[in-house]
Amino acid sequence: MTATLSKPQRRAAGRPFLQNLDRLLPLVGVGVMFGLWWLIAVSGWVNPVLLPTPWATLSALVTAMTTGDMFIDFFASVVRTFSAFLLAAVVGVPLGVLLGSSEKLYRSVEFLIDFFRSTPASALIPMFILFFGVSDFSKVIIAAFSALLLIVFNSAYGVLNARQSRILAAKVMGANRWQVFKDVLVMESLPQTFIGLRSGISIALVIVIVAEMFIGTEQGLGKRIIDAQQVLNVQDMYASILITGLLGYALNVLFLLGEKRVIHWSGK
Amino acid sequence: MMLDTQPTQAIAPPEHFVSVKGLCKSFGNAVLYDNFNLDLASNQLVSVFGPNGCGKSTLINMISGLTPFDSGEILIHDKPIRRARIGYVFQNYREAMLPWLSAFDNIAYPLRVKGMPEAECRDRVETLIQTFNIQLDLKRYPYSFSGGQQQLISILRALVADPEVLFLDEPFSALDFETTLFVRDKLQEIFETTKIPMFMVVHNLEEAVFLADTVLLLSKRPTRLVEMVSFPASRPRTLDTLSSPEFIETSRHCLDIFRQEMRK
Repeated sequence: MTATLSKPQRRAAGRPFLQNLDRLLPLVGVGVMFGLWWLIAVSGWVNPVLLPTPWATLSALVTAMTTGDMFIDFFASVVRTFSAFLLAAVVGVPLGVLLGSSEKLYRSVEFLIDFFRSTPASALIPMFILFFGVSDFSKVIIAAFSALLLIVFNSAYGVLNARQSRILAAKVMGANRWQVFKDVLVMESLPQTFIGLRSGISIALVIVIVAEMFIGTEQGLGKRIIDAQQVLNVQDMYASILITGLLGYALNVLFLLGEKRVIHWSGK
Repeated sequence: MMLDTQPTQAIAPPEHFVSVKGLCKSFGNAVLYDNFNLDLASNQLVSVFGPNGCGKSTLINMISGLTPFDSGEILIHDKPIRRARIGYVFQNYREAMLPWLSAFDNIAYPLRVKGMPEAECRDRVETLIQTFNIQLDLKRYPYSFSGGQQQLISILRALVADPEVLFLDEPFSALDFETTLFVRDKLQEIFETTKIPMFMVVHNLEEAVFLADTVLLLSKRPTRLVEMVSFPASRPRTLDTLSSPEFIETSRHCLDIFRQEMRK
Protein backbone atom coordinates (compact mmCIF):
# COMPACT_ATOMS: atom_id res chain seq x y z
CA MET A 1 0.00 0.00 0.00
CA THR A 2 2.65 2.45 1.07
CA ALA A 3 4.87 1.36 -1.78
CA THR A 4 2.24 2.10 -4.39
CA LEU A 5 1.34 5.39 -2.75
CA SER A 6 4.84 6.75 -2.45
CA LYS A 7 5.58 6.58 -6.16
CA PRO A 8 3.15 9.20 -7.48
CA GLN A 9 3.84 11.33 -4.42
CA ARG A 10 7.53 11.48 -5.19
CA ARG A 11 6.79 12.26 -8.80
CA ALA A 12 4.44 15.03 -7.71
CA ALA A 13 7.11 16.51 -5.49
CA GLY A 14 9.81 16.26 -8.14
CA ARG A 15 7.85 17.32 -11.20
CA PRO A 16 4.76 19.25 -10.13
CA PHE A 17 4.42 20.81 -13.57
CA LEU A 18 4.14 17.45 -15.35
CA GLN A 19 1.83 16.18 -12.62
CA ASN A 20 -0.56 19.04 -13.27
CA LEU A 21 -0.28 18.42 -16.98
CA ASP A 22 -1.49 14.85 -16.41
CA ARG A 23 -4.79 16.22 -15.23
CA LEU A 24 -5.36 17.79 -18.62
CA LEU A 25 -5.09 14.41 -20.39
CA PRO A 26 -8.87 14.04 -20.88
CA LEU A 27 -8.78 17.25 -22.95
CA VAL A 28 -6.32 15.75 -25.46
CA GLY A 29 -9.02 13.68 -27.16
CA VAL A 30 -11.37 16.66 -27.28
CA GLY A 31 -8.63 18.83 -28.80
CA VAL A 32 -7.80 16.20 -31.41
CA MET A 33 -11.46 15.84 -32.38
CA PHE A 34 -11.99 19.59 -32.76
CA GLY A 35 -8.70 19.84 -34.66
CA LEU A 36 -9.69 17.14 -37.15
CA TRP A 37 -13.15 18.62 -37.49
CA TRP A 38 -11.68 22.02 -38.24
CA LEU A 39 -9.17 20.54 -40.69
CA ILE A 40 -11.89 18.68 -42.61
CA ALA A 41 -14.15 21.74 -42.58
CA VAL A 42 -11.57 24.16 -44.00
CA SER A 43 -9.86 21.69 -46.35
CA GLY A 44 -12.74 21.66 -48.79
CA TRP A 45 -13.03 17.83 -48.79
CA VAL A 46 -16.55 18.19 -47.56
CA ASN A 47 -19.15 20.59 -48.85
CA PRO A 48 -19.13 23.50 -46.36
CA VAL A 49 -22.93 23.41 -46.42
CA LEU A 50 -22.75 20.00 -44.74
CA LEU A 51 -20.00 20.73 -42.22
CA PRO A 52 -19.49 24.15 -40.63
CA THR A 53 -16.29 24.83 -38.66
CA PRO A 54 -16.26 23.96 -34.93
CA TRP A 55 -16.08 27.67 -34.04
CA ALA A 56 -19.12 28.53 -36.13
CA THR A 57 -20.98 25.64 -34.49
CA LEU A 58 -19.95 26.59 -30.97
CA SER A 59 -20.88 30.21 -31.44
CA ALA A 60 -24.21 29.15 -32.93
CA LEU A 61 -24.71 26.98 -29.84
CA VAL A 62 -23.98 29.81 -27.42
CA THR A 63 -26.13 32.29 -29.32
CA ALA A 64 -29.05 29.91 -29.65
CA MET A 65 -28.89 28.95 -25.97
CA THR A 66 -28.66 32.51 -24.66
CA THR A 67 -30.69 34.57 -27.10
CA GLY A 68 -32.44 32.08 -29.35
CA ASP A 69 -35.09 29.48 -28.66
CA MET A 70 -32.78 26.50 -28.11
CA PHE A 71 -33.15 26.76 -24.37
CA ILE A 72 -36.89 26.17 -24.68
CA ASP A 73 -36.22 22.93 -26.57
CA PHE A 74 -33.49 21.99 -24.13
CA PHE A 75 -35.77 22.59 -21.18
CA ALA A 76 -38.63 20.61 -22.74
CA SER A 77 -36.39 17.58 -23.28
CA VAL A 78 -35.00 17.82 -19.75
CA VAL A 79 -38.49 17.95 -18.24
CA ARG A 80 -39.62 14.94 -20.29
CA THR A 81 -36.50 12.97 -19.38
CA PHE A 82 -36.86 13.65 -15.67
CA SER A 83 -40.61 12.98 -15.65
CA ALA A 84 -40.00 9.65 -17.34
CA PHE A 85 -37.15 8.86 -15.00
CA LEU A 86 -39.08 9.74 -11.84
CA LEU A 87 -42.06 7.71 -12.94
CA ALA A 88 -39.79 4.75 -13.66
CA ALA A 89 -37.88 5.10 -10.39
CA VAL A 90 -40.96 5.46 -8.18
CA VAL A 91 -42.47 2.30 -9.67
CA GLY A 92 -39.29 0.43 -10.52
CA VAL A 93 -37.27 0.49 -7.31
CA PRO A 94 -39.99 -0.88 -5.00
CA LEU A 95 -41.05 -3.37 -7.66
CA GLY A 96 -37.46 -4.54 -8.17
CA VAL A 97 -36.82 -4.88 -4.44
CA LEU A 98 -40.07 -6.83 -4.08
CA LEU A 99 -39.20 -9.18 -6.96
CA GLY A 100 -35.67 -9.63 -5.68
CA SER A 101 -36.77 -10.55 -2.19
CA SER A 102 -38.32 -13.75 -3.50
CA GLU A 103 -36.14 -15.83 -5.75
CA LYS A 104 -39.15 -17.80 -7.03
CA LEU A 105 -41.05 -14.62 -7.89
CA TYR A 106 -38.05 -13.20 -9.72
CA ARG A 107 -37.40 -16.41 -11.68
CA SER A 108 -40.98 -16.45 -12.84
CA VAL A 109 -40.78 -13.00 -14.44
CA GLU A 110 -37.08 -13.07 -15.34
CA PHE A 111 -37.68 -14.08 -18.95
CA LEU A 112 -40.23 -11.32 -19.44
CA ILE A 113 -37.88 -8.67 -18.08
CA ASP A 114 -34.94 -9.96 -20.09
CA PHE A 115 -37.03 -10.13 -23.25
CA PHE A 116 -38.28 -6.56 -23.07
CA ARG A 117 -34.89 -5.37 -21.91
CA SER A 118 -33.42 -6.82 -25.11
CA THR A 119 -36.14 -5.34 -27.31
CA PRO A 120 -35.09 -1.90 -28.58
CA ALA A 121 -37.55 0.48 -26.97
CA SER A 122 -37.73 2.47 -30.18
CA ALA A 123 -39.35 -0.58 -31.80
CA LEU A 124 -42.25 -0.15 -29.41
CA ILE A 125 -42.88 3.52 -30.22
CA PRO A 126 -45.60 2.80 -32.84
CA MET A 127 -47.41 0.57 -30.35
CA PHE A 128 -47.30 3.27 -27.69
CA ILE A 129 -48.63 5.81 -30.21
CA LEU A 130 -51.59 3.47 -30.80
CA PHE A 131 -52.40 3.39 -27.11
CA PHE A 132 -51.46 6.84 -25.92
CA GLY A 133 -51.66 8.95 -29.08
CA VAL A 134 -49.08 11.53 -30.03
CA SER A 135 -49.40 13.46 -26.80
CA ASP A 136 -46.57 14.56 -24.56
CA PHE A 137 -47.69 11.88 -22.12
CA SER A 138 -47.04 9.26 -24.74
CA LYS A 139 -43.37 10.25 -25.06
CA VAL A 140 -42.89 10.25 -21.32
CA ILE A 141 -44.59 6.88 -20.94
CA ILE A 142 -42.43 5.11 -23.50
CA ALA A 143 -39.23 6.57 -22.07
CA ALA A 144 -40.41 5.60 -18.58
CA PHE A 145 -41.15 2.08 -19.78
CA SER A 146 -37.65 1.51 -21.09
CA ALA A 147 -36.04 3.04 -17.98
CA LEU A 148 -38.35 0.99 -15.77
CA LEU A 149 -37.05 -2.33 -17.08
CA LEU A 150 -33.45 -1.38 -16.35
CA ILE A 151 -34.32 -0.11 -12.88
CA VAL A 152 -36.44 -3.13 -11.94
CA PHE A 153 -33.81 -5.55 -13.17
CA ASN A 154 -30.96 -3.88 -11.32
CA SER A 155 -32.83 -3.41 -8.03
CA ALA A 156 -33.99 -7.01 -8.06
CA TYR A 157 -30.50 -8.19 -8.85
CA GLY A 158 -29.07 -6.15 -5.98
CA VAL A 159 -31.44 -7.72 -3.47
CA LEU A 160 -30.92 -11.22 -4.84
CA ASN A 161 -27.17 -10.87 -4.45
CA ALA A 162 -27.15 -9.35 -0.97
CA ARG A 163 -24.34 -10.80 1.09
CA GLN A 164 -25.51 -13.82 3.07
CA SER A 165 -23.09 -13.02 5.88
CA ARG A 166 -24.78 -9.69 6.65
CA ILE A 167 -28.22 -11.26 6.54
CA LEU A 168 -27.00 -13.94 8.95
CA ALA A 169 -25.40 -11.32 11.20
CA ALA A 170 -28.67 -9.39 11.43
CA LYS A 171 -30.60 -12.59 12.14
CA VAL A 172 -28.27 -13.65 14.94
CA MET A 173 -28.66 -10.17 16.47
CA GLY A 174 -32.37 -10.82 16.69
CA ALA A 175 -33.69 -9.00 13.62
CA ASN A 176 -37.00 -10.34 12.33
CA ARG A 177 -37.77 -10.83 8.62
CA TRP A 178 -39.03 -7.29 8.10
CA GLN A 179 -35.99 -5.81 9.88
CA VAL A 180 -33.62 -7.95 7.82
CA PHE A 181 -35.43 -6.76 4.72
CA LYS A 182 -35.33 -3.03 5.43
CA ASP A 183 -32.04 -2.82 7.32
CA VAL A 184 -29.96 -5.23 5.25
CA LEU A 185 -31.53 -6.33 1.96
CA VAL A 186 -32.60 -2.89 0.80
CA MET A 187 -29.30 -1.31 1.82
CA GLU A 188 -27.28 -4.11 0.23
CA SER A 189 -29.15 -3.58 -3.03
CA LEU A 190 -28.47 0.18 -3.16
CA PRO A 191 -25.20 0.08 -5.15
CA GLN A 192 -26.86 -2.02 -7.84
CA THR A 193 -30.01 0.11 -7.68
CA PHE A 194 -27.94 3.19 -8.40
CA ILE A 195 -26.45 1.52 -11.46
CA GLY A 196 -30.01 0.89 -12.59
CA LEU A 197 -31.02 4.51 -11.97
CA ARG A 198 -28.02 5.82 -13.88
CA SER A 199 -28.62 3.54 -16.87
CA GLY A 200 -32.31 4.39 -16.54
CA ILE A 201 -31.90 8.12 -16.98
CA SER A 202 -29.53 7.58 -19.91
CA ILE A 203 -32.00 5.39 -21.75
CA ALA A 204 -34.83 7.79 -20.85
CA LEU A 205 -32.95 10.62 -22.59
CA VAL A 206 -32.31 8.45 -25.67
CA ILE A 207 -35.95 7.48 -25.99
CA VAL A 208 -37.19 11.05 -25.35
CA ILE A 209 -34.99 12.35 -28.19
CA VAL A 210 -36.09 9.57 -30.55
CA ALA A 211 -39.73 10.03 -29.61
CA GLU A 212 -39.49 13.78 -30.20
CA MET A 213 -38.15 13.07 -33.68
CA PHE A 214 -40.78 10.51 -34.64
CA ILE A 215 -43.90 11.34 -32.70
CA GLY A 216 -43.54 15.05 -33.32
CA THR A 217 -43.82 17.82 -30.81
CA GLU A 218 -43.84 21.58 -30.43
CA GLN A 219 -40.57 21.73 -28.50
CA GLY A 220 -37.71 19.39 -27.79
CA LEU A 221 -34.13 18.78 -28.84
CA GLY A 222 -35.07 15.74 -30.94
CA LYS A 223 -37.52 17.78 -32.96
CA ARG A 224 -35.01 20.62 -33.26
CA ILE A 225 -32.31 18.32 -34.65
CA ILE A 226 -34.57 16.75 -37.28
CA ASP A 227 -36.09 20.13 -38.24
CA ALA A 228 -32.66 21.71 -38.65
CA GLN A 229 -31.59 18.80 -40.83
CA GLN A 230 -34.74 19.07 -42.99
CA VAL A 231 -34.06 22.74 -43.81
CA LEU A 232 -30.28 22.23 -44.03
CA ASN A 233 -29.64 24.57 -41.11
CA VAL A 234 -26.52 22.53 -40.39
CA GLN A 235 -25.01 24.88 -37.83
CA ASP A 236 -28.09 24.56 -35.67
CA MET A 237 -28.22 20.81 -36.23
CA TYR A 238 -24.66 20.33 -35.01
CA ALA A 239 -25.20 22.74 -32.14
CA SER A 240 -28.33 20.80 -31.08
CA ILE A 241 -26.48 17.50 -31.28
CA LEU A 242 -23.69 18.94 -29.14
CA ILE A 243 -26.06 20.25 -26.48
CA THR A 244 -27.88 16.90 -26.40
CA GLY A 245 -24.55 15.15 -25.87
CA LEU A 246 -23.62 17.58 -23.13
CA LEU A 247 -26.96 16.95 -21.45
CA GLY A 248 -26.42 13.19 -21.50
CA TYR A 249 -22.92 13.55 -20.17
CA ALA A 250 -24.00 15.93 -17.40
CA LEU A 251 -26.76 13.56 -16.30
CA ASN A 252 -24.27 10.71 -16.08
CA VAL A 253 -21.82 12.78 -14.03
CA LEU A 254 -24.63 14.02 -11.77
CA PHE A 255 -25.71 10.46 -11.03
CA LEU A 256 -22.16 9.26 -10.51
CA LEU A 257 -21.58 12.01 -7.95
CA GLY A 258 -24.85 11.26 -6.19
CA GLU A 259 -23.96 7.59 -6.14
CA LYS A 260 -20.57 8.29 -4.57
CA ARG A 261 -22.22 10.37 -1.88
CA VAL A 262 -25.00 7.98 -0.96
CA ILE A 263 -23.14 4.67 -1.37
CA HIS A 264 -20.13 5.83 0.63
CA TRP A 265 -19.25 2.26 1.56
CA SER A 266 -19.03 0.94 -1.99
CA GLY A 267 -15.80 -0.94 -2.69
CA LYS A 268 -14.57 -0.59 0.89
CA MET B 1 -26.08 -3.09 34.93
CA MET B 2 -25.76 -4.82 31.65
CA LEU B 3 -22.32 -6.09 32.51
CA ASP B 4 -23.55 -7.98 35.54
CA THR B 5 -23.21 -11.69 35.26
CA GLN B 6 -26.40 -13.57 34.62
CA PRO B 7 -29.22 -12.88 37.04
CA THR B 8 -28.52 -14.87 40.17
CA GLN B 9 -30.99 -17.66 40.40
CA ALA B 10 -32.42 -18.80 43.67
CA ILE B 11 -32.21 -22.40 42.62
CA ALA B 12 -28.81 -23.83 41.71
CA PRO B 13 -27.52 -22.07 38.56
CA PRO B 14 -27.17 -24.25 35.49
CA GLU B 15 -24.10 -26.41 35.64
CA HIS B 16 -23.37 -26.14 31.94
CA PHE B 17 -23.50 -23.18 29.62
CA VAL B 18 -23.67 -25.48 26.63
CA SER B 19 -24.97 -28.99 26.67
CA VAL B 20 -25.26 -31.13 23.55
CA LYS B 21 -26.96 -34.53 23.53
CA GLY B 22 -27.05 -37.05 20.70
CA LEU B 23 -26.37 -34.47 18.00
CA CYS B 24 -26.50 -35.76 14.41
CA LYS B 25 -25.73 -33.77 11.29
CA SER B 26 -25.03 -34.90 7.73
CA PHE B 27 -24.43 -32.99 4.52
CA GLY B 28 -25.81 -35.23 1.80
CA ASN B 29 -24.16 -38.60 2.34
CA ALA B 30 -21.28 -37.23 4.40
CA VAL B 31 -21.85 -37.79 8.10
CA LEU B 32 -20.37 -34.91 10.04
CA TYR B 33 -21.71 -35.59 13.52
CA ASP B 34 -23.18 -38.86 14.70
CA ASN B 35 -24.48 -39.00 18.27
CA PHE B 36 -22.19 -36.20 19.45
CA ASN B 37 -22.31 -35.25 23.13
CA LEU B 38 -20.76 -32.29 24.89
CA ASP B 39 -21.13 -30.56 28.24
CA LEU B 40 -19.28 -27.32 28.95
CA ALA B 41 -18.95 -26.21 32.56
CA SER B 42 -20.35 -22.74 33.27
CA ASN B 43 -18.36 -19.54 33.14
CA GLN B 44 -15.53 -20.93 31.07
CA LEU B 45 -13.73 -19.79 27.98
CA VAL B 46 -13.74 -22.84 25.75
CA SER B 47 -11.84 -23.06 22.50
CA VAL B 48 -12.33 -25.64 19.78
CA PHE B 49 -9.56 -27.04 17.64
CA GLY B 50 -9.49 -29.81 15.08
CA PRO B 51 -8.36 -30.79 11.59
CA ASN B 52 -9.68 -28.97 8.52
CA GLY B 53 -13.16 -30.00 7.52
CA CYS B 54 -13.99 -31.61 10.84
CA GLY B 55 -16.89 -29.22 11.22
CA LYS B 56 -15.71 -26.76 13.86
CA SER B 57 -17.64 -23.93 12.26
CA THR B 58 -20.65 -26.15 11.71
CA LEU B 59 -20.59 -27.03 15.40
CA ILE B 60 -20.49 -23.42 16.60
CA ASN B 61 -23.19 -22.51 14.08
CA MET B 62 -25.45 -25.33 15.24
CA ILE B 63 -24.98 -24.46 18.91
CA SER B 64 -25.68 -20.80 18.24
CA GLY B 65 -28.74 -21.62 16.16
CA LEU B 66 -27.46 -20.41 12.78
CA THR B 67 -27.37 -23.87 11.19
CA PRO B 68 -30.14 -26.45 11.70
CA PHE B 69 -29.19 -29.98 12.75
CA ASP B 70 -30.76 -33.34 11.94
CA SER B 71 -31.47 -34.68 15.41
CA GLY B 72 -30.40 -34.41 19.02
CA GLU B 73 -30.72 -31.65 21.55
CA ILE B 74 -28.75 -28.50 22.26
CA LEU B 75 -29.32 -26.50 25.44
CA ILE B 76 -27.79 -23.21 26.49
CA HIS B 77 -27.99 -22.72 30.24
CA ASP B 78 -30.58 -25.53 30.26
CA LYS B 79 -32.79 -23.66 27.80
CA PRO B 80 -33.46 -24.26 24.11
CA ILE B 81 -31.34 -22.05 21.81
CA ARG B 82 -34.28 -19.87 20.81
CA ARG B 83 -34.79 -18.72 24.36
CA ALA B 84 -31.16 -17.98 25.11
CA ARG B 85 -29.57 -14.57 24.54
CA ILE B 86 -26.49 -15.16 22.46
CA GLY B 87 -23.77 -12.97 21.02
CA TYR B 88 -21.93 -14.04 17.89
CA VAL B 89 -18.66 -12.71 16.49
CA PHE B 90 -18.05 -13.58 12.85
CA GLN B 91 -14.75 -14.52 11.30
CA ASN B 92 -14.98 -11.91 8.58
CA TYR B 93 -15.77 -8.61 10.28
CA ARG B 94 -15.89 -6.82 6.94
CA GLU B 95 -18.79 -8.91 5.75
CA ALA B 96 -20.58 -8.98 9.08
CA MET B 97 -20.61 -5.23 9.78
CA LEU B 98 -23.32 -3.07 8.25
CA PRO B 99 -21.15 -0.52 6.39
CA TRP B 100 -23.99 1.96 5.86
CA LEU B 101 -24.25 2.45 9.62
CA SER B 102 -21.66 4.24 11.75
CA ALA B 103 -19.64 2.13 14.19
CA PHE B 104 -21.85 3.42 16.99
CA ASP B 105 -25.04 2.45 15.17
CA ASN B 106 -23.56 -0.95 14.38
CA ILE B 107 -22.95 -1.57 18.07
CA ALA B 108 -26.43 -0.30 18.96
CA TYR B 109 -28.15 -2.37 16.26
CA PRO B 110 -28.97 -5.43 18.42
CA LEU B 111 -30.68 -3.12 20.94
CA ARG B 112 -32.60 -1.23 18.26
CA VAL B 113 -34.01 -4.37 16.64
CA LYS B 114 -35.38 -5.28 20.05
CA GLY B 115 -37.24 -1.97 20.05
CA MET B 116 -35.35 -0.44 22.97
CA PRO B 117 -35.95 3.33 23.40
CA GLU B 118 -33.27 5.46 21.74
CA ALA B 119 -32.00 7.08 24.94
CA GLU B 120 -31.51 3.73 26.61
CA CYS B 121 -29.71 2.36 23.53
CA ARG B 122 -27.27 5.27 23.67
CA ASP B 123 -26.75 4.83 27.41
CA ARG B 124 -25.96 1.17 27.11
CA VAL B 125 -23.52 1.63 24.26
CA GLU B 126 -21.80 4.48 26.13
CA THR B 127 -21.51 2.35 29.28
CA LEU B 128 -20.09 -0.51 27.28
CA ILE B 129 -17.40 1.57 25.57
CA GLN B 130 -16.46 3.22 28.85
CA THR B 131 -16.19 -0.11 30.63
CA PHE B 132 -13.66 -1.33 28.12
CA ASN B 133 -11.98 2.01 27.65
CA ILE B 134 -12.56 2.10 23.91
CA GLN B 135 -11.05 5.26 22.51
CA LEU B 136 -12.36 5.24 18.99
CA ASP B 137 -14.39 7.86 17.21
CA LEU B 138 -17.47 5.72 16.79
CA LYS B 139 -19.22 8.26 14.59
CA ARG B 140 -17.01 7.02 11.77
CA TYR B 141 -18.01 4.22 9.45
CA PRO B 142 -16.70 0.69 10.14
CA TYR B 143 -14.55 0.51 6.99
CA SER B 144 -12.53 3.53 8.11
CA PHE B 145 -11.07 1.55 11.04
CA SER B 146 -8.20 -0.92 10.98
CA GLY B 147 -8.97 -4.65 10.91
CA GLY B 148 -8.35 -5.09 14.63
CA GLN B 149 -10.52 -2.13 15.53
CA GLN B 150 -13.29 -3.45 13.30
CA GLN B 151 -13.15 -6.84 14.97
CA LEU B 152 -13.22 -5.12 18.37
CA ILE B 153 -16.31 -3.17 17.27
CA SER B 154 -17.98 -6.41 16.22
CA ILE B 155 -17.13 -7.95 19.61
CA LEU B 156 -18.74 -4.94 21.32
CA ARG B 157 -21.77 -5.34 19.07
CA ALA B 158 -22.06 -8.96 20.18
CA LEU B 159 -21.80 -7.90 23.84
CA VAL B 160 -24.21 -4.98 23.88
CA ALA B 161 -27.41 -6.95 24.29
CA ASP B 162 -26.10 -8.61 27.44
CA PRO B 163 -25.65 -12.13 26.04
CA GLU B 164 -25.45 -15.14 28.29
CA VAL B 165 -22.99 -16.83 25.93
CA LEU B 166 -20.59 -15.35 23.43
CA PHE B 167 -19.73 -17.37 20.31
CA LEU B 168 -16.66 -16.48 18.30
CA ASP B 169 -15.91 -18.10 14.95
CA GLU B 170 -12.19 -17.78 14.24
CA PRO B 171 -12.14 -14.20 15.50
CA PHE B 172 -8.43 -13.71 14.80
CA SER B 173 -8.02 -15.47 11.47
CA ALA B 174 -8.56 -12.34 9.36
CA LEU B 175 -6.10 -10.31 11.45
CA ASP B 176 -2.35 -9.92 11.25
CA PHE B 177 -0.11 -10.92 14.18
CA GLU B 178 0.14 -7.53 15.85
CA THR B 179 -3.59 -6.91 15.67
CA THR B 180 -4.28 -10.40 16.94
CA LEU B 181 -2.35 -9.60 20.13
CA PHE B 182 -4.39 -6.43 20.62
CA VAL B 183 -7.79 -8.03 20.05
CA ARG B 184 -6.81 -11.07 22.12
CA ASP B 185 -5.90 -8.90 25.12
CA LYS B 186 -9.16 -6.99 24.81
CA LEU B 187 -11.11 -10.22 24.59
CA GLN B 188 -9.41 -11.53 27.71
CA GLU B 189 -10.21 -8.28 29.52
CA ILE B 190 -13.84 -8.62 28.45
CA PHE B 191 -13.97 -12.20 29.65
CA GLU B 192 -12.49 -11.33 33.03
CA THR B 193 -14.81 -8.37 33.54
CA THR B 194 -18.07 -9.84 32.33
CA LYS B 195 -17.53 -13.53 33.12
CA ILE B 196 -19.66 -14.29 30.09
CA PRO B 197 -18.87 -17.85 29.01
CA MET B 198 -17.27 -17.95 25.59
CA PHE B 199 -17.20 -20.62 22.93
CA MET B 200 -14.50 -19.93 20.38
CA VAL B 201 -13.38 -21.75 17.23
CA VAL B 202 -9.70 -21.19 16.44
CA HIS B 203 -7.52 -22.20 13.52
CA ASN B 204 -4.23 -22.19 15.40
CA LEU B 205 -3.27 -24.46 18.26
CA GLU B 206 -1.39 -21.87 20.33
CA GLU B 207 -4.33 -19.52 19.94
CA ALA B 208 -6.60 -22.31 21.16
CA VAL B 209 -4.59 -22.91 24.32
CA PHE B 210 -3.57 -19.36 25.19
CA LEU B 211 -6.93 -17.91 26.24
CA ALA B 212 -8.82 -21.07 27.09
CA ASP B 213 -9.89 -22.70 30.33
CA THR B 214 -10.72 -25.76 28.29
CA VAL B 215 -9.56 -26.82 24.85
CA LEU B 216 -11.81 -29.15 22.89
CA LEU B 217 -9.87 -31.34 20.49
CA LEU B 218 -11.98 -32.75 17.69
CA SER B 219 -11.26 -35.70 15.41
CA LYS B 220 -11.58 -36.07 11.66
CA ARG B 221 -15.02 -36.86 10.27
CA PRO B 222 -17.29 -38.27 11.58
CA THR B 223 -16.36 -35.88 14.30
CA ARG B 224 -15.81 -37.08 17.85
CA LEU B 225 -14.60 -35.24 20.89
CA VAL B 226 -11.10 -36.65 21.34
CA GLU B 227 -10.22 -34.89 24.54
CA MET B 228 -11.13 -31.94 26.70
CA VAL B 229 -7.83 -30.49 27.84
CA SER B 230 -8.01 -28.09 30.73
CA PHE B 231 -5.54 -25.22 30.97
CA PRO B 232 -5.81 -23.63 34.41
CA ALA B 233 -3.07 -20.96 34.13
CA SER B 234 -3.83 -17.78 36.03
CA ARG B 235 -5.21 -14.65 34.38
CA PRO B 236 -4.49 -12.22 32.94
CA ARG B 237 -2.38 -14.25 30.58
CA THR B 238 0.42 -12.32 28.99
CA LEU B 239 3.25 -12.94 26.57
CA ASP B 240 5.08 -14.55 29.50
CA THR B 241 2.37 -17.17 29.65
CA LEU B 242 3.52 -18.28 26.20
CA SER B 243 6.89 -19.33 27.60
CA SER B 244 5.62 -20.81 30.87
CA PRO B 245 6.23 -24.57 31.35
CA GLU B 246 2.52 -25.30 31.81
CA PHE B 247 1.64 -23.58 28.51
CA ILE B 248 4.36 -25.43 26.64
CA GLU B 249 3.35 -28.72 28.26
CA THR B 250 -0.34 -28.25 27.43
CA SER B 251 0.38 -27.15 23.86
CA ARG B 252 2.62 -30.16 23.30
CA HIS B 253 0.00 -32.50 24.70
CA CYS B 254 -2.62 -31.03 22.38
CA LEU B 255 -0.26 -31.25 19.43
CA ASP B 256 0.47 -34.92 20.19
CA ILE B 257 -3.20 -35.75 20.22
CA PHE B 258 -3.74 -33.80 17.03
CA ARG B 259 -0.92 -35.70 15.30
CA GLN B 260 -2.30 -39.05 16.42
CA GLU B 261 -5.68 -38.08 15.03
CA MET B 262 -4.19 -37.04 11.72
CA ARG B 263 -2.45 -40.41 11.36
CA LYS B 264 -5.69 -42.35 11.80
